[in-house]
Amino acid sequence: MTFNLETAAHPENLKRIVIEPVTRVEGHGKVTLLLDEDNRVHQARFHIVEFRGFEKFVQGRPFWEVPVLVQRLCGICPVSHNLAACKAMDMIIGATVPAAADKLRRLMHMGQILQSHALHFFHLSAPDLLFGFDAAVGKRNIAGLAAAYPDIARQGVALRRYGQEVIRLTSGKRVHGTGVISGGMNKNLSRDECDYLLKEIEQVIAWSQAAVELIKAIYRERPDFHNSFGSYRSSFMSLVRADGALDLYHGGLRARDEHGQTIFDHVDYTHYWDYIHEEVKSWSYMKFPFIRARGREQGWYRVGPLARINNCDFIPTQRAEAERKIFKEFGGGSATQATLAYHWARMIEMLHAAEAIQELLHDPDLQSDDLVSSGERQLRGVGVIEAPRGTLIHHYRINEDEQIVRANLIVATTHNNQAMNEAVRQVALQYLDGQQITEGLLNHIEVAIRAFDPCLSCATHALGKMPLEVELLDAAGTLIQRLIKDSDGRHRT
Amino acid sequence: MGAPAMSKTITIDGKNVPFSDGQTIMDAALAAGVYIPHLCHNPQFEPHGSCKLCVVSVNGRNMTSCTMPAAEDMVVANNTPELNSDRKALVQMLFVEGNHICPACEASGNCQLQAAAYYLDMLSPHYTHFYQPRAVDASHPEIFLDLNRCILCELCVRASREVDGKNVFGISGRGIGTRLVVNAASGRLGDTNFAATDKAAHVCPTGAILIKRQGYRIPIGQRTFDHKNISEVQMEPDHE
Repeated sequence: MTFNLETAAHPENLKRIVIEPVTRVEGHGKVTLLLDEDNRVHQARFHIVEFRGFEKFVQGRPFWEVPVLVQRLCGICPVSHNLAACKAMDMIIGATVPAAADKLRRLMHMGQILQSHALHFFHLSAPDLLFGFDAAVGKRNIAGLAAAYPDIARQGVALRRYGQEVIRLTSGKRVHGTGVISGGMNKNLSRDECDYLLKEIEQVIAWSQAAVELIKAIYRERPDFHNSFGSYRSSFMSLVRADGALDLYHGGLRARDEHGQTIFDHVDYTHYWDYIHEEVKSWSYMKFPFIRARGREQGWYRVGPLARINNCDFIPTQRAEAERKIFKEFGGGSATQATLAYHWARMIEMLHAAEAIQELLHDPDLQSDDLVSSGERQLRGVGVIEAPRGTLIHHYRINEDEQIVRANLIVATTHNNQAMNEAVRQVALQYLDGQQITEGLLNHIEVAIRAFDPCLSCATHALGKMPLEVELLDAAGTLIQRLIKDSDGRHRT
Repeated sequence: MGAPAMSKTITIDGKNVPFSDGQTIMDAALAAGVYIPHLCHNPQFEPHGSCKLCVVSVNGRNMTSCTMPAAEDMVVANNTPELNSDRKALVQMLFVEGNHICPACEASGNCQLQAAAYYLDMLSPHYTHFYQPRAVDASHPEIFLDLNRCILCELCVRASREVDGKNVFGISGRGIGTRLVVNAASGRLGDTNFAATDKAAHVCPTGAILIKRQGYRIPIGQRTFDHKNISEVQMEPDHE
């Protein structure tokens, strides 16, 4: 580990390099590096510098409004926030969600996984992976991808569109719908709607399979490079089904350490705070969660596709399970630790989502009218779901008047905070240490962050366009080099 | 005695509109299928004339059509660019004066303020938001009162007084401090005899008075204004 690089012992005479904003991160983040006169790295940090305030301003709002309100946290994965919050509200109203509503929610969630993973892989990461991390900036974007690999770019767009259609038909809108309500759903899916979605599903599965083949081929072409880039060993945490299967909608929490040994398993997530604590650090608005049993230093972990594929015992759909076995074999039979393996795991999940959608669309329960239930009121609710980017925890407390009095949201990017910092430090050591700054080098740091797919609702329109300025100061604070990337992608000094 | 003959007429935007004595311009217009935008008017209650959306030009002078009795030979201009521009500005002012967060509001799709904004081609609030702190009152077991969304139309005041016979609501304060108040020593809705079955619980044109735990039950696509605009809905004979 590189914890010694988190805070330099004597920062006063070090040069400070800032990458701000980091591109393709939902909201605003920056990377700061402190280097000595020989450009040796002494400190590397990934900061999330914005403050959203949702936990505060939902206070006083009626509980049934909150799932719709908090989904505005994100434009890419609103379904995840919507569902996690509604699961918490199910608990508050004492509901046992009817089977039909449970399946409709799962279908919506699979549409979300499909479109989000497609967005990340095809629009954001494929240019890096296909052209190289330091390829010409003018080429390393979705437009360059469309020119060089038109079929791949088209498939990415089509997969996203299909996922959004699933979301539209289950929630009422492609983005920020209102289909999920406390205790169930407000509509079912007609047979015609199912048939409409089924018309394209074979193609969607085939494209998803092709995406797995693509990342597999890229990965296998240079296995040493991909395995070592920004890599380190860590614990993983995710939900798993009672039988150990991959389950992105519901289950118990499982954490395994860097050697694959179980830390906890099938934990009831409604008492997550017995297992996870959060640490606050002065230099970031984002908290640092850690597994309580392992302490602050050793307790950090990773969530998301890599954690889920590593943690589950099997995937309950045929093609994705076959791919999981290949993935696992490649990793030597135990958890694959590589940062870039996130991309591979993500595509296996996309394939699973496509298969699961097909299975659900044939289920006659989707036409049921038994969609809502309620029971005995409670004052506390916890909802946990596996969002595209990882484990998402929504925790609410209400008063007797049914208003929110406290909210705690731990999103995937927060779980991955320490892990992303570790990846930044590893890349800084591997590629920056003692080197001259170049645009390609900056992108190496961003590639490592991007592998985690941190929540990024503003990302696609900013692709390759977000301005970036790096300054290199000597020990006396004098500017010795400046590199600016303008919003049109041009570089100047 | 049969129904009074409606031999008298006014013209609205050049169209002859018959009326009977006692009818307002709004009454006559709605009866003749002529739409005049309105928010505080509801044919079931005494006219109020406060939202000013229904202002029309009568023989060259601006009047609120919901309170102005129709009189023979009135020449009324209604659907003009000037009046609609004023109406849009009024709706924009309502949006910035209150805290109307349509994206998360459970009244979205059923809200007359939102529908009026669409009807009047309002594309942005235009004015600077006031962001006034407004109270919410969740003390009633069945009803949620959110003054962030109150546009002071007094429909609930009138409904409670005229139909429910309860006088639960009133208006207090002046100018920017004007607000809906609850008729209880504590000022809390939970300390009144207000009931979810009261007329006043179902007349709010926005999302200020809500039946608890019912939000978002109507799917997108089946809400009041999903397929009809506000003029079509408010012209329906059974519209409240």
